[in-house]
Amino acid sequence: MTTHRFKLGLAIRQRVGTITAGAIFALLYLAYHVHHPNGFTAQVVGQNANESVALVLAAMAQTVPVLIGGIDLSVGAVMTMTNCLASHVLSGNAQEVSLGLAACILVSTAFGVMNGVIVVYGRIQPIIATLATSAIALGLALLLRPFPGGEISETLSLLLTGSLLDSLVESGLVSQGVTDNLSVLGNLPTPMLLVFAAGALWIPFQRTVTGRSIVAVGSSETAAFMSGLPVPRAKIAAFAVSGMLAGCAGVFLAMQTLSGNADLPQAGTYTLASIAAVVIGGAVLTGGVGGMLGSVFGALILRVIAFNFRIFEIEPLIQPLVEGTILLAAISVSATRLLRVKNRLDLYR
Amino acid sequence: MRITVAKWNSADRPVYIASAFVVLILAVGTIYTLVAQGTATLLSPSYLMQQLQIGSFLGVVAAGMMIVILIGHIDLSVPWTLTTAAMLATAVGGPWAILLGLSLGAVVGLVNGVGVAYLRLPSMIFTLAVNAVLQGSMVAMTGGTSPQSQATELMRFLGAGTLMGIPVALLVWTLVSVCVSTVLTRTPFGRSLYIVGNSEAAAYLSGIPNKRVIVVSFILCGLLTALAGLMLAGYSAKAYQGMGDLYALPAIAAVVIGGANILGGSGKYRGTVAGVLVVVFLNSVLSIMQMSEAIRQIVYGFVILTMLLVYRRKA
Repeated sequence: MTTHRFKLGLAIRQRVGTITAGAIFALLYLAYHVHHPNGFTAQVVGQNANESVALVLAAMAQTVPVLIGGIDLSVGAVMTMTNCLASHVLSGNAQEVSLGLAACILVSTAFGVMNGVIVVYGRIQPIIATLATSAIALGLALLLRPFPGGEISETLSLLLTGSLLDSLVESGLVSQGVTDNLSVLGNLPTPMLLVFAAGALWIPFQRTVTGRSIVAVGSSETAAFMSGLPVPRAKIAAFAVSGMLAGCAGVFLAMQTLSGNADLPQAGTYTLASIAAVVIGGAVLTGGVGGMLGSVFGALILRVIAFNFRIFEIEPLIQPLVEGTILLAAISVSATRLLRVKNRLDLYR
Repeated sequence: MRITVAKWNSADRPVYIASAFVVLILAVGTIYTLVAQGTATLLSPSYLMQQLQIGSFLGVVAAGMMIVILIGHIDLSVPWTLTTAAMLATAVGGPWAILLGLSLGAVVGLVNGVGVAYLRLPSMIFTLAVNAVLQGSMVAMTGGTSPQSQATELMRFLGAGTLMGIPVALLVWTLVSVCVSTVLTRTPFGRSLYIVGNSEAAAYLSGIPNKRVIVVSFILCGLLTALAGLMLAGYSAKAYQGMGDLYALPAIAAVVIGGANILGGSGKYRGTVAGVLVVVFLNSVLSIMQMSEAIRQIVYGFVILTMLLVYRRKA
């Protein structure tokens, strides 16, 4: 029996979407750095990271409901709601800020649980349930912040948006003198490390029964149910994780802008971009296929395209057209799977 | 007696509930105006006509959206199909304006349909990308500002004109409704929409040209969206940026409130009309009650959820 041997070919085939997305991202980012006047410097990378993290977190939030074969149209709305909440609670001394941070994540996770409960026990399709709850979240956001404003702890913002070195010095964990020993590591942007931290939490979760059930439900809900997997728990957990990560994205948005803003069009843009990122990252909207890493690359690809516009000085007015065309092309690439279909009936399943 | 019970359980149930809800909204609004202003503004024929005229644009979009939802797909390119059709039509002007706008809608629908039916790409993401391309081309064409060109006389007639006291837009919506419901219930194409929506594999095995059905559905949706864009440009006398933004999601909401299954295969056209009326009158009553945008959004969300939860309950 060789079934337990690690098979490289299989491992690659299972991750072809992630690998492709990673390769495209690497190429685009390389092109960006080669043509950037300042080249590959910590400052440029840090700035890029700050501009990408909100979308990366939103894409990660979208990944889990897509894995169960659903979708979460409230990602952008929960982000905006948490952003507005953050502008009320994220100021003051360290203790108040920590409590506020916990409150933000708790509220967004609770909202995700509510989405899950409506989907599971209300038996409403995720697309419609989250469309309705997104209106509620946006309404709450507007109640919290009728006009843009509010206050965010600048210390926390510096802590989360700088490089690792800045964060460590800022938090008082190391003194300025030690910095020389940390030169390369210290230059890593903190926001990207936060994304890695979120990913690191996801890996063990994925190996739990609930985590496995999420993918199983996406592959075949009937089969998962018949095998005795906890289908309702998996679905609620999927939406809870989505809400939590969307909340993180909202908090990060607050870190960047230092204010709360109930920007309805922006919420819609983030939701749609998160879906696009998940698909570019190799996930299949019917469920069961996809992963966090792929979605991270998908979101980064969307962002790097915009970075490249700055370097190659593309006329601002045609940028949206180029961006749209690239998106359309990137999505159409997945039609190549048609070439591998042997039985035409397989197309319709 | 047994027949009426069966009917109550049938697909008509959401239609009755949605219609009852429209009456409820109007009643609540009227009580409010009677108490606050001492008049029943909501029930005056001119006010109702005006609301129905505004609702016609959403009604025409929802008719197209319903066709696509019936086959189990969705069209998220609606916002910029609508805007692009209006912008191109006003930019060209003259007798060809309407024809050009409608052709644009048909071409967008064709592209969507080919992507979904032949390339087998998920409609949600493919139409989203088409929307981005359309938006990009309009930003390139207009420079990101609203064009100065005016709507033609015929477009103004369709959007803002009246015929014997009835808004032409409402007549157009009525005509579209008669056509769509006839197609859905009395033509082989209409029946095949339901079959493809229920099971595309079964449709294929039964010899239904499922790919062509999908392409034609998307073309019809594109055409109706473009028509709504031309009417809306006529109503506001010109095309403007973001004019389509308020139509895609409310149209989907209207179709679903009308009882159609978002996964395709079931739903009555009557329900979609009732759904459009719910959305339109809910908006108008909330604005009469001077509710803030925040409260409106929350009420809107709760209404969609509550209606769907009620539909799920067995009578």
